[in-house]
Amino acid sequence: MTSTAGVAPLAETDVTQPSAPDDVPPPSGRKRGRIGYLLLLPGLAWLAVFFVVPFYSLLATSLFDPSGSDTRGYDMTYHVANYWNVLQDYWQPLLRSLWYGALATAFCLVLGYVLAYAIAFKAGRWKNLMLVLVIAPFFTSFLVRTLSWKLILADDGFVVNTLQFLHVLGDDGRLLATPVAVVAGLTYNFLPFMVLPLFASLDKIDGRLIEAASDLYANPVVGFFKVTWPLSLPGVVSGTLLTFIPSVGDYINAQLLGSPNQRMVGSVIQSLFTDANDYPAAGALSVILMAIIVAMVLVYVRRAGTEELL
Amino acid sequence: MAWLRRNLVLILGIAVLVYTFVPIFVVVLMSFNDPASRLIYSFDGFTLHNWLNLCEDPSMCSALGRSVQIGLLSTVVSTILGTMAAFALVRHDFRGRSATNLLIFLPMAAPEIVLGSSLLALFVGAGFAGQLGFWTILIAHIMFCLSFVVVTVRARLAGLDDTLEQAAMDLYATPQQTFWRVTFPLVFPGILGAALLSFSLSFDDFIVTNLNAGQTTTFPMYVWGVAQRGVPMQVNVVGTIMFLISVVIVVGGEVVSRRRSRALA
Amino acid sequence: MSQAAETTRGHERPAPPGEPSAAPSSDGLSLRAVTKSFGGFHAVRSLDLDVPRGSFIALLGPSGCGKTTTLRMVAGLEVPTSGTITLAGQDITRLKPYQRPVNTVFQSYALFPHLDIFENVAFGLRRRKAKDVDATVRQMLDLVELGSQARKRPAQLSGGQQQRVALARALINNPEVLLLDEPLGALDLKLRRSMQVEIKRIQTDVGRTFVHVTHDQEEAMTMADTVAVMNAGVIEQMGAPAELYENPRSTFVANFLGQSNLIAGRVVSRSADVVTVDMHGIQVSVPAARSHTDGDGGWVGIRPEKVLIGEAGSQLDAPGNTIPGGVVSDVSFVGVSTQYLVRMPWGQELQVFSQNTGRTRIFETGDQVELSWRPEYAFLLDAAQDASAGAQRADSD
Repeated sequence: MTSTAGVAPLAETDVTQPSAPDDVPPPSGRKRGRIGYLLLLPGLAWLAVFFVVPFYSLLATSLFDPSGSDTRGYDMTYHVANYWNVLQDYWQPLLRSLWYGALATAFCLVLGYVLAYAIAFKAGRWKNLMLVLVIAPFFTSFLVRTLSWKLILADDGFVVNTLQFLHVLGDDGRLLATPVAVVAGLTYNFLPFMVLPLFASLDKIDGRLIEAASDLYANPVVGFFKVTWPLSLPGVVSGTLLTFIPSVGDYINAQLLGSPNQRMVGSVIQSLFTDANDYPAAGALSVILMAIIVAMVLVYVRRAGTEELL
Repeated sequence: MAWLRRNLVLILGIAVLVYTFVPIFVVVLMSFNDPASRLIYSFDGFTLHNWLNLCEDPSMCSALGRSVQIGLLSTVVSTILGTMAAFALVRHDFRGRSATNLLIFLPMAAPEIVLGSSLLALFVGAGFAGQLGFWTILIAHIMFCLSFVVVTVRARLAGLDDTLEQAAMDLYATPQQTFWRVTFPLVFPGILGAALLSFSLSFDDFIVTNLNAGQTTTFPMYVWGVAQRGVPMQVNVVGTIMFLISVVIVVGGEVVSRRRSRALA
Repeated sequence: MSQAAETTRGHERPAPPGEPSAAPSSDGLSLRAVTKSFGGFHAVRSLDLDVPRGSFIALLGPSGCGKTTTLRMVAGLEVPTSGTITLAGQDITRLKPYQRPVNTVFQSYALFPHLDIFENVAFGLRRRKAKDVDATVRQMLDLVELGSQARKRPAQLSGGQQQRVALARALINNPEVLLLDEPLGALDLKLRRSMQVEIKRIQTDVGRTFVHVTHDQEEAMTMADTVAVMNAGVIEQMGAPAELYENPRSTFVANFLGQSNLIAGRVVSRSADVVTVDMHGIQVSVPAARSHTDGDGGWVGIRPEKVLIGEAGSQLDAPGNTIPGGVVSDVSFVGVSTQYLVRMPWGQELQVFSQNTGRTRIFETGDQVELSWRPEYAFLLDAAQDASAGAQRADSD
């Protein structure tokens, strides 16, 4: 019977399918011709000129002779030593950023998973409302929210006093200007980037699968690790990426909630550009950061076996 | 106890949700604060002063105005360009689809500091170091909003049942009528969502903006500046207003969609 | 495949085959040598079909047989790779969907979620700038008993109501041809039965041409005057439901429409009105008009309910073909009838459906029985065809 072959061409409207080879007509939903290119052109051109080209400028800048300046101009000398120099000078903030980013991502994963799971499976008719509530606080300015944390974690504030009372903190112990505050701020600020993809993946899971697992002698914990968790992996992968990448590059939390001891690499890059006017060093550090992130993401995504995400 | 065990996950989830609202609560509270000193940040007394004298520091209001202006402009441009691209991606066949997808994905994946420093390297390299300001900020914002618009509208468009358009054509609607009477109204919520997202991304951006702003100050940059020397309470008023507006928009949207989809019952 | 095409050609029709330019039937819908290929796959192969004006035809077949593609070509949603489609004498092959007087009731209804029921139904009228839209829509909504729901949105209606909106939205345009693409597929069994009657009634009332696509044989036979059974892109056989059922021309039709026993046989002799076939040593006769092969061999076909079952040695039905030596291997009591599987001496199991009239006892597994049927119910099919073609997997309802 030709049933499968017969259904395929009619089902071709799925947008996720790769474009058809040239001998096959386009699926019924997709039109050929110039209009597609015309619609695409302005947006792609914008990204090409203001995203791709700048990245080449950044690469070039990172190889300039460091003896120039932004006012006198730079000479292109393929000065690869810039990379070595910034690594020597700034390996600490670089490592610290990756470490803080990883910690914040881990905390976000725990908090975000609980919240996303509750919304997907336990919220019932309040599902949409809870989803809205997840997003709502994050429309308030990032900086204003972070300043608010500064107040909450302040030295004579409620939180510190309580922790001192419980002897979690010493009498002169503090939260502000410590790594705890910075990681807490990062965790807070990037939480929705974790919750939303996790929710999207959890919400797709058919509740009957979990029932089937328990019918097949899996207790709730085993059922979770054998069924729910593996099925939510796509959400875990995209959630962790969406949290990790911006938190590594962020310096607002480190600056507002931390001390110079918690300085992160974004802050170094920023001040190399605007305060030190050392463009080649700033460029090199940016490229290194990007390279590390890309490498980590590739390894991670390959490990997790969800390459189609990219 | 059994009740507690059954609802444990929900309770924990709500606890996380409450945690996300803690700073908002503080912001709202502080908007009514009558501070004893600008440097010591604590609640000293209730006042409406901050609400009634929003522009006590004129530089805050001008930064705010600039942010709104940049937000609106970048929203309009990125929404139009991004929507066009989303239509092309879903509805049209063209060469280089995977390269296009990558180009749209990367700006969302790159850390802001890298986006910002790349653009700065371009502007400086092209000799615009002296012209950094409103226009370079706008260019940067449109760039990073675009991808989000494409992704949001594309998702909506891909979820659109294309038999609806076939039904319209079957019912004597020309391609133009089909687009304006069926496709566009159905994709519109996605476009609106993309526009709201763009505005909030633009309005809220600090890292990219700070690198490419020159002497121009946006609202987040203003807050950054005053964070070192003492924050006027009006900043919290702005934060509260932003929160209220977003709540009105998202809750309003929710109510409308709920009313529409409420079953016969 | 070529055999199947042959079968189609054998069917009576006004225009001679192979001449696409031949005059189509005056005012109906006609398809001439219509082919649709997707890449290398031929969904529809050189299909000829005439639908007289005002008739109700069902395209019946398994999924992937090309029935939906055929419907979509009539609607204008697909353009044929070759061939022509004419409607009331006008060539509509390449007209856009909005340029042809054809409307469709879509499988999932495709109601516009952003418009209320009234505006959904009014959609086609408004596009054609019809006058009196309000009154016409009201009248239509009353006809389908949805007058009170006019201002609701599609999502607020039940499946059956949505189905009626879809029907109203198409019918209000007074189409020359109304296409129904599995319109009842999403409804539960009970609702489906009542909608079948309803749609049939509406068709009789409005007197329009209805083309109905379905994979449900019962639905096709209940509703349509003419059923065209499609398989692998061609029409296997077309005719009135009873004719198709009683005298199938191919193993596919014999199996797809109801169930059939197909027994391998060798043609012994042919006379003007009877073909005698040797069936594993037993000679049976088949009317010449029901013989659909010229070869030496063939499948002798008989419907299970046409087979009589009796004790071994009883003279069941004197003028019948009698086959002794059966052993009951399975019995299912289904109330109105009993369904037996009987193992024959040559190893094949035959199906027998016996009405529970009380005249005969109900046999048990292991009983020795003999089978018999009247020659006029048997049919003879081409031995080259697959005896299991079109056989139903567990019925899809």
